[in-house]
Amino acid sequence: MRVLTLIRQVLDAEESVRIKDGAVDLEGRKLVMDTMDEYGLEQALRIREAGVETEVVAVAIGPARCQDVLRNALAMGADRAIHVETDAKLDVIAVSKVMAAIATQEAADLIFSGGQQADWDSHALGAATAERLQWPQVTWTNALEVKDGSLTGKHDVDEGSETFAMPLPAVVTTQQGLNEPRYPTLPNIMKAKKKELRKESLAQFEVVPKTTVVSETVQVKERMKKMLDTKDAAVAASELVKLLRNEARVIG
Amino acid sequence: MILLVVEYSGGKVSKSTYELVTCARQLGREGPVAALVLGSNIAPVASEIAGAVDQVLVADRAELAQFDSELWAAAVAQIASEGEASTVLIGGSRSGRDYSPRVAVKLDASLLEDIITLQADGEKLIAEHYTYLARVTEKVEVQGVAVITVKPGAFAAAVRGSEVAEQFDVDLDLPPRRLQVTGKTGEKTTRVPLSEADVVVAGGRGVGSAESFTKLVEGLADQIGAAVGATRAIVDAGWRPYAEQVGQTGKTVAPKAYIAIGISGAVQHLSGMNKSKYIIAINKDAEAPIFKIADYGMVGDVNLLVPAILDELRK
Ligand SMILES: Cc1cc2nc3c(=O)[nH]c(=O)nc-3n(C[C@H](O)[C@H](O)[C@H](O)COP(=O)(O)OP(=O)(O)OC[C@H]3O[C@@H](n4cnc5c(N)ncnc54)[C@H](O)[C@@H]3O)c2cc1C
Ligand SMILES: Nc1ncnc2c1ncn2[C@@H]1O[C@H](COP(=O)(O)O)[C@@H](O)[C@H]1O
Repeated sequence: MRVLTLIRQVLDAEESVRIKDGAVDLEGRKLVMDTMDEYGLEQALRIREAGVETEVVAVAIGPARCQDVLRNALAMGADRAIHVETDAKLDVIAVSKVMAAIATQEAADLIFSGGQQADWDSHALGAATAERLQWPQVTWTNALEVKDGSLTGKHDVDEGSETFAMPLPAVVTTQQGLNEPRYPTLPNIMKAKKKELRKESLAQFEVVPKTTVVSETVQVKERMKKMLDTKDAAVAASELVKLLRNEARVIG
Repeated sequence: MILLVVEYSGGKVSKSTYELVTCARQLGREGPVAALVLGSNIAPVASEIAGAVDQVLVADRAELAQFDSELWAAAVAQIASEGEASTVLIGGSRSGRDYSPRVAVKLDASLLEDIITLQADGEKLIAEHYTYLARVTEKVEVQGVAVITVKPGAFAAAVRGSEVAEQFDVDLDLPPRRLQVTGKTGEKTTRVPLSEADVVVAGGRGVGSAESFTKLVEGLADQIGAAVGATRAIVDAGWRPYAEQVGQTGKTVAPKAYIAIGISGAVQHLSGMNKSKYIIAINKDAEAPIFKIADYGMVGDVNLLVPAILDELRK
């Protein structure tokens, strides 16, 4: 079977966000594969390693720099990669159109997508892609098994979790606990350089974004940062309780 | 019309639905505010929401006894297109964010996720939502039909008036259910639910052990009637259930006060609590990032400071 894993390149979580001219500035910053996407790629690799004849294809849509995360994906073990190169700021519904078209071209059976990406905080790409393909989906998946053309596993819902069974083809979005993503080894990093990374142009997909980003701002709530003197625990405790009572007014 | 989808639990309309009503009314777009109730044996839910909206559309069907993203998407898209809805409002719960993208694709509409503000400007809609793990506020604009999930807690809950809206039964063409649910594990807590609590007391690895967590974090929470939160580090370590996890892959909370005990303040944790009104941090490391967003900070050992706070409260 063929598994697509969607990869987004995001600002490393350790990096602070910088704004320039009303937009987040990623120039010269540390960019990495989104961890939620790593879970998806890792799961695809495990399906292959469990003996199911599988080709794992990593897909990214975005600027030229995205090829770095695709090389990473190849180094982790993906068989090949597809990069739809564009500088356009596409909304998630537009991206889903491209993803669904690629899934159809590639005759994919299973798509992994991150539960929530660390850049646009969206949960939507998996479901939107599934809808375009008329496939079922399961979101926030933290356990998954592929057997005889169907999936079983466990995923998080509003209050708690559910075990499920679902036919293929399908879209799965990831959640923590699904697996521990591997690190690429040096030999695999070398091998990845020879793997296929195909470029596609966005034009053929005829996407028209419907959402315009007006501005991005960092609105930091002013915090008091009042540090209490803790030399004497009892005195500090009494001061904190006073603040909780009289300023924050959260205790009687 | 503006169509909103009713969320309910235990036969009662959820607070998030009354927040959707407020969001719909303040928009000032033309047409009635219609509420769609999907489920099985939902008459009490339909009657309750009738006190807050202009129209109630009810699909009471056995197949809808349990949530499914494909069924919900088909139902909502059908009703939205029959009613020529300009705006479809859905709660920003896990399930809401699960099926809303499908509705947007079916309607060829735009999708706005987890918005915190929404305004109409002629044909345009302008909304804000958080990005970059809740560190950035992004303002976006769309034209035409929009499917929108609304962040819980972002709007005040509407109150029911004296007028009661008419209820209509609706016919639906539903697809078969493909995701089969084979088992369910609920969340159990004897305390206030995390997402509704005025005060959250949360603990991290610095608390030391599951036993200390019970003594210090749960002890403090129970003393002040708060909900209990945890970091992923200690959920992964098995000290606490996932239901208590706050952060990117857990719950998002914005209580009046968030008391962080032995928590370093990783970005993924902060994204779940950085909108809290007051943040109180207790950590032995004065350089811990949590202090950068704290209103009150205490540098020191949780094993000394938390018992002292408990003593003070018991006085
Ligand atoms: C994709 C992804 C999603 C994630 N989602 C989440 C999420 O939803 N929620 C979440 O919480 N994390 C999440 N994380 C993990 C996050 O990055 C951090 O690893 C985690 O929050 C750290 O938890 P902690 O603060 O308990 O532990 P630590 O970072 O180990 O911090 C412990 C703190 O306790 C202090 N301490 C130690 N002993 C004492 C003492 N005796 N007295 C006082 N202070 C003491 C230390 O100084 C330290 O600051 C996610 C990570 C990834 C990659
Ligand atoms: N521009 C993009 N290129 C490749 N994958 C993407 C892109 N945008 C989103 N994704 C994928 O979409 C998935 C989840 O999307 P989201 O709806 O943003 O949570 C992630 O697994 C990503 O792999």
